[in-house]
Amino acid sequence: MATPVLSLRGVTKRFGGLVAVNAMDFDVAEREVVGLLGPNGSGKSTTLNLVSGALPLTAGDISLWGNRISGLPAQTINRKGVSRTFQLVRLLPSMNVRENVVAGAVFGHRRRWGHEAHDHADQLLEKVGLGGKGDMALGQLTYIDTKRVELARTLASDPKVLLLDEWLAGLNPTELQIGITLIKSLRDEGRTIILVEHVMDAIRSLCDRCVVMAAGTKIAEGTPSQVLSDKEVIRAYLGDDDA
Amino acid sequence: MDILITGILLGGTYALIAMGLNLQYGVARIMNLANGEILVAGGYFAFIAYTSTQLSPILTIFLVAPLAFALNWLIYRVMLQPLVNRAKNRGQLETDSILATFGLSFIGVGLMLSFFGGDYFSYSFMAVPVELLGSTYGANRVLSFVMAVLMCGALYVWLNWSRAGLSIRAIATAPASARLVGIDVKHLSALAFALGGAVTAVGGALISTYLTLDASTGVVFTLKALIIVIMGGVGDVRGTIVAALLLGILETVVASLLDPGLTLAAAYVMFLGILLFRPQGLFGKKPT
Amino acid sequence: MSLTGTDIRNLFLAALALTICALLPLGDNGYWLGLGVTIAMFTALATSWALFSGPTHYISLATAAFFGVGTYVTGLGIDNLPFWSLVGLAGLIGAILAALVGLATLRLSGVYFVIFTLGLAELVRQVITWVQNNTGQKGLYVLTDLDEAGIYWWLLGLCAIVFLAGWLIGRSRLGFALRIIGDDETVAAHSGINTARAKVLLFMVPGAVAAMTGAILAPRYVYIEPSLAFAPILSFQVVIMALLGGASRLWGPLVGVIPFTFLLEAVSSNFPNQTTLVIGVAFLVIVYLLPGGFVGLLNKIMHRINTRERF
Repeated sequence: MATPVLSLRGVTKRFGGLVAVNAMDFDVAEREVVGLLGPNGSGKSTTLNLVSGALPLTAGDISLWGNRISGLPAQTINRKGVSRTFQLVRLLPSMNVRENVVAGAVFGHRRRWGHEAHDHADQLLEKVGLGGKGDMALGQLTYIDTKRVELARTLASDPKVLLLDEWLAGLNPTELQIGITLIKSLRDEGRTIILVEHVMDAIRSLCDRCVVMAAGTKIAEGTPSQVLSDKEVIRAYLGDDDA
Repeated sequence: MDILITGILLGGTYALIAMGLNLQYGVARIMNLANGEILVAGGYFAFIAYTSTQLSPILTIFLVAPLAFALNWLIYRVMLQPLVNRAKNRGQLETDSILATFGLSFIGVGLMLSFFGGDYFSYSFMAVPVELLGSTYGANRVLSFVMAVLMCGALYVWLNWSRAGLSIRAIATAPASARLVGIDVKHLSALAFALGGAVTAVGGALISTYLTLDASTGVVFTLKALIIVIMGGVGDVRGTIVAALLLGILETVVASLLDPGLTLAAAYVMFLGILLFRPQGLFGKKPT
Repeated sequence: MSLTGTDIRNLFLAALALTICALLPLGDNGYWLGLGVTIAMFTALATSWALFSGPTHYISLATAAFFGVGTYVTGLGIDNLPFWSLVGLAGLIGAILAALVGLATLRLSGVYFVIFTLGLAELVRQVITWVQNNTGQKGLYVLTDLDEAGIYWWLLGLCAIVFLAGWLIGRSRLGFALRIIGDDETVAAHSGINTARAKVLLFMVPGAVAAMTGAILAPRYVYIEPSLAFAPILSFQVVIMALLGGASRLWGPLVGVIPFTFLLEAVSSNFPNQTTLVIGVAFLVIVYLLPGGFVGLLNKIMHRINTRERF
């Protein structure tokens, strides 16, 4: 493997006495889609929060193209080209759809302003399937549309690495298909993506590789079919009796 | 040495006042900026009771406490509960309650000004010297300190060993989870707010025995109590007491060695230090 | 930067309004001019206050501290430096002071900020009093040939600058960043915004403006002493006026300043002891009856009219 885009070494996060993430190691190569799986509470979202700079690390190192990013504030990590969505959709309530997307374009990795940002936001809205809805208020959007707005905002700074935190959760089957197609198109553009996900269909059709966590530790790593047939992974999800 | 003891005596009453505010902020989540006016009102009550009927402030507090409790309970139920209900997030509740309690604070000052005028008030109660470790102190200061210690102790015991106290601490730690285990958060928040007000008013009655107050001094005490609460850590009884004693000592040192006009400035320097180096409070864990 | 037709029209209207206001001293030199000075002063203070507090929701009570510092700049320098340079110097000092306060408190939650600014005026007042006591100086005389009309024009000029600055900030990246921070600070940080820096930068604006206002008004007081220059009530009046009008629009505070100035004027001349009571009630009115100020009320009415037309 060439220099990985993102690499985690011994990444650990403690909340008081609780070890939420314990010595995680993994690499993500350029243009790779890596799924971060695991039962609820296994530390997936926390890992994502550590990468994006939302939380400080207790120990370990995270580097982007060989340069250390752990310890930097979230805004600096974002400017270096790492952009994320949130587990619970976070939009800017006082702004319309377009402004929400522009918000991601002005201060991040690749910066745009004025008409350029405006046009760029409209293109992204088109791409995520919200073409022509730029002037709408957030209150008028359906649930999947709010997720689309957030994705468009995340894409607006041309990030190199995308972190998607359960972006497909809560969608109905039709919406899910649309969502999977959308993420596929991002992969085809050559973006590097880490997704925290529970939806197995999505994992099988999107991920090149998966990292499985349980109780804060990595228990398996490999292609989706490898990890999903792994004994330990099954035990982690279903308990000992079913293994 | 006598500076140290004077400081500790002052700090004892501060601890009581800050404890009142801490109950209100830590449990009811209301940053009550009208706290100082409740204190001054308690002081007025003791003043009037003493000058008109010679009622000792030590007995007055048993009248002040239930009155202040009832008043604060009403304030919480009528004015603050609606804000808690309508707030979409913590930040909005914070802003709303700050503005609302500022309003209450000004109304409190306004009412006291129109009833009692703007003059300083003080009375002479137990103004006899007592000897402690070779120096003399006002008996009223010593008595206030003893009363404050007794009440802080009672509060501490109640919070740590009674069922209601346990519930109140649960709300202070995790309001959402407290609701899940069947604690009546609304009821207990009102209770804690009222109790906090009563404690503050008693503190005011005690402090009026040896400090001169006037209708508009409340804000100074609000500020000091806020600084103590932040320094001690929200919801932390032990931290509050330590912080109050530190502030009492620092103020006395500055007042006697530098200039009595600089006490608030001294408190501020301490506050700034806390903000810069330990915003989570003296004994607080670093937030993650 | 390009201007649309509406922008040009608004700029023209603003210039026209300013010109009309500037004619006031020619018509009256007594009561109305005095009122004009008060309104111009509060307009500058409340509008600049809302530039920061509107988007961020941080309630600043530091106005009196910056204002007092400004009056002292004039008081100390009037014998040696020209007046215009003192106004500029006051602005600079106010901005630096605001930056220091901001650096200490704006990393933390809003409560710390409110508490810190609440006592700031008192802190500076105590320190200045102490310095004066130790140097044997009492107050300062500010004697200039600047009359009431001159002060009024200076303040009007400052108001124009504040509105222009507010308008420019509203169109700038900084203004946009502050709106994002006000909506969701986490999203702001994850969009590449240095939130602490943006907040500190913007807080310098009301700091500078309040200090400049103090510097301009110093000649009106003639004799300056700490308790006059650092009257904490000023901070609260500014908060009320800005929120009463509505801090979400540039012109919002102005809508609060005018009626509240008249109200305070009427109350203080008829019931001089009830001003604190009025201020208290005003706070409650803002929280319980007018959460978005007059601007919010107007939006609600417009919204109702629009929906009625649609159906």
